[in-house]
Amino acid sequence: MKRTQSSNRLVQWIDDRLPIFSYADQNVIAYPTPKNLNYWWNYGSIAGIILVIMLVTGIFLAMNYQPHADVAFASVERIVRDVNYGWLLRYLHMNGASMFFIVVYIHMFRGLYFGSYKAPREILWMVGVTIYVAMMATAFMGYVLPWGQMSFWGATVITNLFSAIPLVGDYIVTWIWGGFSVDVPTINRFFVWHYLLPMILVMLVVVHLWALHVHKSSNPLGIDIKTPQDMMPFHPFYTIKDLYGLGLFMIFFLFFVFFYPNFFGEADNYIPANPMVTPPHIVPEWYFLPFYAILRAIPDKLGGVVVMFAGVLILYVLPWLDTSKVRSATYRPIFKQLFWIFLLNCILLGYVGAQSPDKELLGMSMTFWGRLATFYYFFHFMVLLPLVGKLEKPKPLPSSIYEEVAKKCRAKED
Amino acid sequence: MTDNPTNNPEEMDGNRRDFLLISTTTLGVAGVALAAWPFIHSINPAKDVLALASTEVDLSSIEVGMAITAMWRGKPVFIRHRTAEEIQAAEDVDLGELRDPQADADRIQQPEWLITVGVCTHLGCIPSGQSIGDARGDFGGWYCPCHGSHYDTSGRIRKGPAPFNLPVPPYAFTDDTNIVIG
Repeated sequence: MKRTQSSNRLVQWIDDRLPIFSYADQNVIAYPTPKNLNYWWNYGSIAGIILVIMLVTGIFLAMNYQPHADVAFASVERIVRDVNYGWLLRYLHMNGASMFFIVVYIHMFRGLYFGSYKAPREILWMVGVTIYVAMMATAFMGYVLPWGQMSFWGATVITNLFSAIPLVGDYIVTWIWGGFSVDVPTINRFFVWHYLLPMILVMLVVVHLWALHVHKSSNPLGIDIKTPQDMMPFHPFYTIKDLYGLGLFMIFFLFFVFFYPNFFGEADNYIPANPMVTPPHIVPEWYFLPFYAILRAIPDKLGGVVVMFAGVLILYVLPWLDTSKVRSATYRPIFKQLFWIFLLNCILLGYVGAQSPDKELLGMSMTFWGRLATFYYFFHFMVLLPLVGKLEKPKPLPSSIYEEVAKKCRAKED
Repeated sequence: MTDNPTNNPEEMDGNRRDFLLISTTTLGVAGVALAAWPFIHSINPAKDVLALASTEVDLSSIEVGMAITAMWRGKPVFIRHRTAEEIQAAEDVDLGELRDPQADADRIQQPEWLITVGVCTHLGCIPSGQSIGDARGDFGGWYCPCHGSHYDTSGRIRKGPAPFNLPVPPYAFTDDTNIVIG
């Protein structure tokens, strides 16, 4: 292990016993980073900072929230009306969830475009998918806690997914509920999970970073780091770049918090939960809509649930479905087009998920579009990616990051 | 790491860089400190808690020599209808022998009504002496069972570890037999 560069005797004394200073130096300060990272590489650090914002606002909200079916709704209203700056904490937390998903989706599509999931970063990617799954579980249970109509019926519908499991499904649902409907025990345990899962999320993020720091960041060219000339120290170059991006992102985030705090929410969630009446139009939060569309596309209860979960879990095997050795879409002309079609298809799925099934688009029913988009979603992963990797002729790759960066610099100077 | 023109110390304008670094850091630290305030303030008493900060008590049913305990801000308030002997005992004390010198007249609005917060000033236990038959200590007022503090009939500390007299809460008589505490 490298010794700390500091000449401070106390720093040296501590570092000799607990190498926090040399560790920070190796992983944050002098940490070698590819020279050519663009702004799409900002979203990892932004996601980390949102996680911190969610943890801090969540901890302070929990000091005033009461996870009991009788008073949960009122306690959230009390936070917004009576608790000092409670409105700020709640709206930061509420919109922070949407922001977290926006950022993580951009981060994931960055990975898809630039082939960040390919060897030797498969486990890094898989840990990332696990973080995504943990995020979805956390977000779902958080949405239940205000105990409005959408909370209650969202909880009812999502937990009922497990009733599709043959033979034991009903028992599992009863076990999840702690009763015969979503009720007092359910909100209590959801609160516990909603508080616990983010701690697990933090540990997963540590593992994600651990794996990242083994082979370092991928980069827009998708070629390996070969010489020290390909790299820059993380600080100050990327700390500043990340902070700049964070500043822009915070403007976007706080715009919603201060001016449209309920933009991402459903008005019905300001009606207290009523186990006797289901709202006429029930949709999940926007970040679940594509998967909700997949669920509705399959005309069979168990089949829909299986295919929906498969839609998420297929990401785990993505590194082996994509047979191309070339990482970056920049050098893969066909894959590049398929990437954009896939992105549009995901947006179509999200759109279909938000509409009621009997509505029409371009003369065809939403059910049709949902089935088409669901088919294409899996077709992309299971047929196109393996085939294109074999058939496509990639463009010639640059020989090194350094040369490519130098070429760009010279072009700019001329 | 190498060959990076901006990383070459000769080409850097040291003073300008220092200025930018220090001003940016200062602004950043100030921003974080400001952002911390809503979080710190959120766990102060909320508006609904402050709204419950006063309590009304009807004194008409309290006979001479009896006491009741009212609840104010989550704490017990001792209201004792003092006997003539108790008032006399409280007034006759030489202030010089008190740990926390205070005349009985400064602790009351009407001599027969002694109203104090019923929390021992040592470590927050509730002294006994509200009911007839309770231990009232050596001075006929209250006795704290936790660490043995004795209070007199004016709620003043006379013996034991407590440093101060039982505090008198802000209160006002709305008429002859009703008070508002807080």
